Amino acid sequence: MGVFVMPSLGADMEAGTLVEWMVGPGDEVHRGDVVAVVETQKGAIEIEIFEDGVVDSLTAAVGQTLPVGAPLAVVLKPGESASPAASAVSAPEPAPEPAPEPAPPPVAETASVAPPPKPSPPQAGPKIVPSPPATTPGTPPPASPAARAYAVAEGIDLSGVTGTGPGGVILLADVAGRGAPKASHAKPESPMAAMRAAIAAAMSRSKREIPHYYLMHSVDVQAATDWLEAQNATRGPQDRLLMGALFVKAAAMAAKRAKGINGHYEGDRFHPAEAVHAGVAVALRGGGLVAPAIHDADTLSLDDLMAAMRDVVFRARAGRLRSSEMRDGTITISSLGEKGVEAMEGVIYPPQVALVGVGTPLPRPWVVGGQAVPRMVATLSLAADHRASDGRLGARFLLEMETLLQEPEAL
Amino acid sequence: MTPADIRTAYLEELTAVAPDIEAADVGEDDHIQDDLELDSMDVLNLVAALHKRLGVDIPEDDYPRIETLAKAVDYLAERLG
Repeated sequence: MGVFVMPSLGADMEAGTLVEWMVGPGDEVHRGDVVAVVETQKGAIEIEIFEDGVVDSLTAAVGQTLPVGAPLAVVLKPGESASPAASAVSAPEPAPEPAPEPAPPPVAETASVAPPPKPSPPQAGPKIVPSPPATTPGTPPPASPAARAYAVAEGIDLSGVTGTGPGGVILLADVAGRGAPKASHAKPESPMAAMRAAIAAAMSRSKREIPHYYLMHSVDVQAATDWLEAQNATRGPQDRLLMGALFVKAAAMAAKRAKGINGHYEGDRFHPAEAVHAGVAVALRGGGLVAPAIHDADTLSLDDLMAAMRDVVFRARAGRLRSSEMRDGTITISSLGEKGVEAMEGVIYPPQVALVGVGTPLPRPWVVGGQAVPRMVATLSLAADHRASDGRLGARFLLEMETLLQEPEAL
Repeated sequence: MTPADIRTAYLEELTAVAPDIEAADVGEDDHIQDDLELDSMDVLNLVAALHKRLGVDIPEDDYPRIETLAKAVDYLAERLG
């Protein structure tokens, strides 16, 4: 038996508000399943579960704001059955009043006293078991951040709204006008203000705690530009690649080799990561930034990496990132895009130890074989934590990225 | 397909790619990147969505021709013949 708790989804998350349960008592869950949606300063996040099992009871109610570590549900391991005490607890509906203090975890203690050796028949029919109150209908559809914020501001129940966005996502237009009869562009400020506060906290901590050092290196990306253009001319829109995918792949591969910049600095020491989970910075309109992680980015083919990037960018916009994506990044890559500026000096996202900046590729005079010729040039930068690595290693990382970008077909 | 249909299709796909934009707020000459802040990934998603919906495969060289609502309606009408 395990207690499923409010996860930490970033360095500065203190609490989250439970907005949906995707499972109920009796439901079987598998590692990686999305079981709940929690509203955080970084928007609504889908929370994944870490183990296989069967949901015994839901401890937290929709609407509650709970601190990181607070129990959300009790999950039985496969084959385990609920102790009478635990199942009795699940019968009465939890009061939906906000209880912002960590509830004590005694449920686990008492329940673990009775682990029956063999699976007993599942009690009653799963699914039909006491479903939570009417305000928690199984699986309300996803909604965009703007729609969700509007719904909260206007007191609209999203479960009664039909979404017209992709995959049934509820858009602002679907909820606008459903609330109070004041017809206006009610663009609520609070979600953005909350995200601003989260960014302020994380970046202040970064600059307060992390002794950054910075390296810059301009590299010839003409070969990559030409290769990409030729590739895309033969591909339909659905299969086209972006330069950003080449940069992320090159950075992830180089990070895999240069160990000192991939990992986390926690508890006064650096913990290098084996895998490279590349956080990809996504700027949100109206301000705000999230950097969802693409798992094992160094091992993905360019096509798969591109698909993964499209997916996370879309979900960042629609407000449907997953908890593992918020938490697992081992290094962040921030690309200034096609219409940006030349270079950046980044601020590391703690507890990570490096941020790779990719400037906008621009045509520049470049010396090739003794001749000045026009080439597309991009300025790569590295902001790294001096507690975890030194400039020499950082330099090797950027040189490795440069080398990799010269052979785009091998990425 | 009338220009009005194309306009509707473009706005619907644009707001699907960028759910935080409202169709009513999109001006005829708003540049999708400079004014509406789409990034290159959003633009690609828009191109892919228009391809799927209208059957028009917009090559990279033609991306500037869909950079505003007004330009896109003209361009797509031309391509749809």
